[in-house]
Amino acid sequence: MEKTLHKQNINISESLMARIEELISHYPADKRKSALLPVLHEVQDAHDNWLSTELQEKVAEILEIKPIEVFEVVSFYTMYNQKPVGAYHFEFCRTSCCMIRGAEDMIDYTCNKLGIKEGETTADGLFTVTGVECLGACGYAPMMQVGDYYHEHLTPEKVDQIIADARAGNIKIHDK
Amino acid sequence: MGQKILLDKIHIPGIKTYDVYRQNGGYAAVEKALKHMTPDEITEEVKTSGLKGRGGAGFPMGMKWSFIDKKSGKPRHLVCNADESEPGTFKDRYLMEHIPHLLVEGMIVSSYALGCNLSYIYIRGEYMWVYKILERAIKEAYAAGWLGKNIQGSGYDLDLHVHCGAGAYICGEETALIESLEGKRGNPRIKPPFPAISGLWQNPTVVNNVESISNVPWIVLNSGADYANIGHGKSTGTKLISASGHIKNPGVYEIELGLSVDEFMNSDQYLGGMMNDRPLKALVPGGSSVPILPAHLIYKTAANEDRLMTYESLSDGGFATGSMLGSGGFIVYNDTACIVRNTWNFSRFYHHESCGQCSPCREGTGWLEKVLWRIENGQGREEDIELLWSIQSKIEGNTICPLGDAAAWPVAAAIRHFRDEFEYHIRFPEKVKDRNHFTAEPFSQVQHLMHKQTL
Repeated sequence: MEKTLHKQNINISESLMARIEELISHYPADKRKSALLPVLHEVQDAHDNWLSTELQEKVAEILEIKPIEVFEVVSFYTMYNQKPVGAYHFEFCRTSCCMIRGAEDMIDYTCNKLGIKEGETTADGLFTVTGVECLGACGYAPMMQVGDYYHEHLTPEKVDQIIADARAGNIKIHDK
Repeated sequence: MGQKILLDKIHIPGIKTYDVYRQNGGYAAVEKALKHMTPDEITEEVKTSGLKGRGGAGFPMGMKWSFIDKKSGKPRHLVCNADESEPGTFKDRYLMEHIPHLLVEGMIVSSYALGCNLSYIYIRGEYMWVYKILERAIKEAYAAGWLGKNIQGSGYDLDLHVHCGAGAYICGEETALIESLEGKRGNPRIKPPFPAISGLWQNPTVVNNVESISNVPWIVLNSGADYANIGHGKSTGTKLISASGHIKNPGVYEIELGLSVDEFMNSDQYLGGMMNDRPLKALVPGGSSVPILPAHLIYKTAANEDRLMTYESLSDGGFATGSMLGSGGFIVYNDTACIVRNTWNFSRFYHHESCGQCSPCREGTGWLEKVLWRIENGQGREEDIELLWSIQSKIEGNTICPLGDAAAWPVAAAIRHFRDEFEYHIRFPEKVKDRNHFTAEPFSQVQHLMHKQTL
């Protein structure tokens, strides 16, 4: 596999390894590969929200599978990032129900506020804005996902607040 | 007020926790099932109930259960499909978020009926906080002796785990879901063999939707016949409807099947009518995959009968004048919505979500998206409408899984019912340059232009 351009410090801590072992225990002993998706989420969360080739190889080693088996999964599912993303990844739902309730305006507002285009990351590495497909919050539109949580019924004021909170480090992104 | 089966306890404070759930009659269905019923008796009750799969396809649940291979002696699995990703649908999330033990209880009773000792709940990765809620609920259930070895001294063993996906609509298709649960890409399998014979790890497997499984405790505690008494004709029981779009009260509602669309739309108890009292233009009644209905076919069928919230009434008239109940993703559009833009939006979704195995879907969804985008942006060509029709007709029925059909149907229905809007975009490109073109000037106000000028 081609090595990734960006360097990533790989650290499978004791607590992360314990969690990985717990996830593996959810499947029969000869089906360790089944734990791949949940394990990738845990590993990505512990590594600045992205998975370098080297990190994917590490996951392959832990699950006793070939690196290509990890790579083909990482490249299929949208939640795995193969490149670094901002510390706060704003993923706006852009599908119909959100679109007709102002999602496009909300994405434009957020991008203007942060001085970036959709898909880009701010220079300080704090924020990435992405349009994503239906997140299952259709009745609470417009909305975005940040880490493990949804922020719904968005207004420009709410977006301002979330950005301010993120800058101050006051937003919970993971439920660990 | 219709009967509630799933949401009757949802407003009890603390119902999310094991103790409160148990104090309010929770896990009584497991007690009854394990002490007083055989697995086959439960399956019979579910058959009698007439409960149809609530994920969207509407296949009778009891019949699906009866297909599971019990002769091979292989381990069997029940997998709950909590991959809820059909645009417009957010009901399963509501159940799992607010009353997670109902699903856990349903999984135990259903696993017992199917003879499964290892079952999973497959939840979409984006619902990560719900995944954690379920993980905690399952831990509580283990601690209270409802899961694990020799449950409540019955001799029945069950391990239940929650497994998360990672962002792929296609994993809602049951064989793609199984692939994903095996740690692979979500590519649907060619059938047969069906999962009931060869599913998870080649073992006999049943995949059921969250809402379907959550109905089972009630059926066990009451009876299949009681369940069948609720609803309307062959549409038995209640249905969770996720309502969104241009309505006053978006949200999740449990309705008794048979309620009229008119009452559901306009009663204050439900959607409360149109947001800002703007005119109703269109309805997608069952998630993005089902045909869109124009205003005149929403409250009445083509035969001028009241349109009801049932599987039969919503599909009355076939695709020519009807739609489907589907997942219950009820999306309402007012006159500011642009059908072309909405259809493009849906096509972009299907293009993004196509797994890429079958060329008609992989390529066709992309072509649909591109052609729709150029029409929507005032660069459409006269022949584009026929081109769209041709593409969608060549995707439908030509793919391994139903994602191809799901991508084709919305395009076909939009052209069938709103052809003049497509023509308007092509003939008056300067009028559609702004993406909110119908907000300032709804189509009804500019439609007269279509008669004045010819190409």
